[in-house]
Amino acid sequence: MIQGTDLHKSFGAKQVLRGVSFSVAQGESLVVIGGSGTGKSVLLKCLLGLERADRGHVKVAGLDNPRPQVLAQKVGMLFQGAALFDSLPVWQNVSFRLMRGAERLDKKAAHALAVEKLARVGLGPETADLFPAELSGGMQKRVGLARAIAGDPPVLFFDEPTAGLDPIMAAVINALIREVVSELGATAVTITHDMRTVKEVGDTVAMLHEGRFYWQGAATDALKSADPVLRQFTQGRTEGPIPTLR
Amino acid sequence: MTRGTQFLGATGRSVAEALGAIGRFVGFALSSLGWILRPPFYPRELAMQLMQIGWLSLPVVGLTALFTGGALALQIYAGSARFSAEFAVPSITAIGMVRELGPVLGGLMVAARVASSIAAEIGTMKVSEQIDALRTLAVEPMQYLTVPRIVAATLAMPVLVAVGDAVGILGGYAVGVSRLGFDGPTYLRNTLDFLEFWDIGSGLVKGAVFGFLVALSGCYFGIHSGRGAQGVGEATKSAVVMASILILSANYLLTEAFFSA
Repeated sequence: MIQGTDLHKSFGAKQVLRGVSFSVAQGESLVVIGGSGTGKSVLLKCLLGLERADRGHVKVAGLDNPRPQVLAQKVGMLFQGAALFDSLPVWQNVSFRLMRGAERLDKKAAHALAVEKLARVGLGPETADLFPAELSGGMQKRVGLARAIAGDPPVLFFDEPTAGLDPIMAAVINALIREVVSELGATAVTITHDMRTVKEVGDTVAMLHEGRFYWQGAATDALKSADPVLRQFTQGRTEGPIPTLR
Repeated sequence: MTRGTQFLGATGRSVAEALGAIGRFVGFALSSLGWILRPPFYPRELAMQLMQIGWLSLPVVGLTALFTGGALALQIYAGSARFSAEFAVPSITAIGMVRELGPVLGGLMVAARVASSIAAEIGTMKVSEQIDALRTLAVEPMQYLTVPRIVAATLAMPVLVAVGDAVGILGGYAVGVSRLGFDGPTYLRNTLDFLEFWDIGSGLVKGAVFGFLVALSGCYFGIHSGRGAQGVGEATKSAVVMASILILSANYLLTEAFFSA
C-alpha cells in the first residue's frame, strides 16, 4: 500500500535521507521514530509528494511518485500543529477538500458531514462554527484529525500527533488514532518521538538513524530490544551511541 | 588571493545573487499570470480579497488624497503667484492629482497596508504548514492564495485611485476656496475644463499596474518566507520595500510611455 525504495534527499550539503527503503501493507500501522533532525518529517513529505526525493521511488495507494493534488482523495494527513486554516470556521476546515474537490459538496451537506466527523473525534456540534483561534491545542488536533478522515481515505499520515499536548490529551489522541485507523481499515504512517504513541498506535516500528531505517520490526519488540541505539532512544537515555549534541 | 581579486569575487557573487533574485521574482510573476486563467476559480476568495484590499483601504487612501490635494493647492498657489498665474491652481492641482499623486501615493499607501498584510498572512501560513495542508487537500496554493489577491488588487486599485483623485481634488477645492480666496464655481469650472480623459485614464491604468505589483510582492515574499517570527518579519519588510520600489520605477516607465513627447 505504501512503499519507499532507496529514498535519498539532501538539502545543500546536508544528506538527510541516504537510502530509506520500506513497505507498509494494507491495514498496517507503521510508526517511524528517530531523533530530532534525522529526517522523519522529510520522509513524510516525500511520501506525500510535498518534497521530491533526489533519488528513489515512492508508491502510495497504487500511485507512483504521486503529486499531493493527485493523492488527496486517497490520503488524509494530520499535521504536527494541526495546520488549520485560520480564516475559516471549523466546519469549513473539516470539509475543505470535499467542498472544493470532485465531490463539490454544497454548504448544507458539508456542514452536516463536518458535524458527523467532529462527533467521531469527540467534539460537539457547537464546535463547528468556532474558528481555530478559539480552540485549545487538543481541540485543534481533534479537528485536524476530523479533517484527515473527512473523505474516509484508505491511507492516513500523522506527523507528531501528540506534540505539545498534556499526557491525558496525548492518550486521548492516540486512542482516537487507533480507533479511526481500525474503523477505516486504513494503512497508516505515524511520525513520533512519543513512546506511548509507539505502543498504542503502531503495529510495526522503524527507527530512522543516520539517514536510513536502522531498525524495523514489531512495536512490542522495539520497546524490549537490546540493541544499544534503539534502547537509548526508546528509554530516553543520555548515555549511548546516539550523540546528544546534534 | 589579492584584495582586488577578493573584491571582484564578492562583487560578482552579489551581482549573480541579485540577478538570480530578479529572475525568481519575474518567474513567479509569469507563473501567477499563468495560473489566473486556469480553473478551478475561487470567487469567494476573490470577493473576500476585494473587500480586504479595496473596501478596507478606502479610508487610508481617501485621507492621504485629501491632505495631499490641499497641500498641492497651497504649493501651486505659492509658486504660481511668482508669475501672477494663480488662476492655474485648480487645473494644475487636478492634473497633478489624477496623473501622478493619486496613483503613486495611493499605491504606496496600499503597498504599506496590503503588501505587508499579504506577506505576513501567507508567511504565517507557510510557517504553520497551512500551505502544505492546502496541497494535501488538492488545492494549489498559487490558485487559492496568489491569484485571488493579485486579481483583487489589480481590480481594486483603479477604483481606489479614482476615489483618491476625487477626494484629492476636493481637498484642493476646500483649501482654494477657504484659504486662497477662489470662487467655488470658478474653481470647479477651471478644474473640469482643463482635465482631459487621458489624464484620468492614465492614472487608472497606473493604479491597475501598481495593484498588481503590490499583491505580487506580498505573495512572493510570503510564499518564500523564512522560518519563525523573524522569517515572517523579514518577508513583510521585503514585500513593502519591493512593492514601493516597483511602484516608483513603474510610475516613471509608464509616465514615459504615456506622456513623453
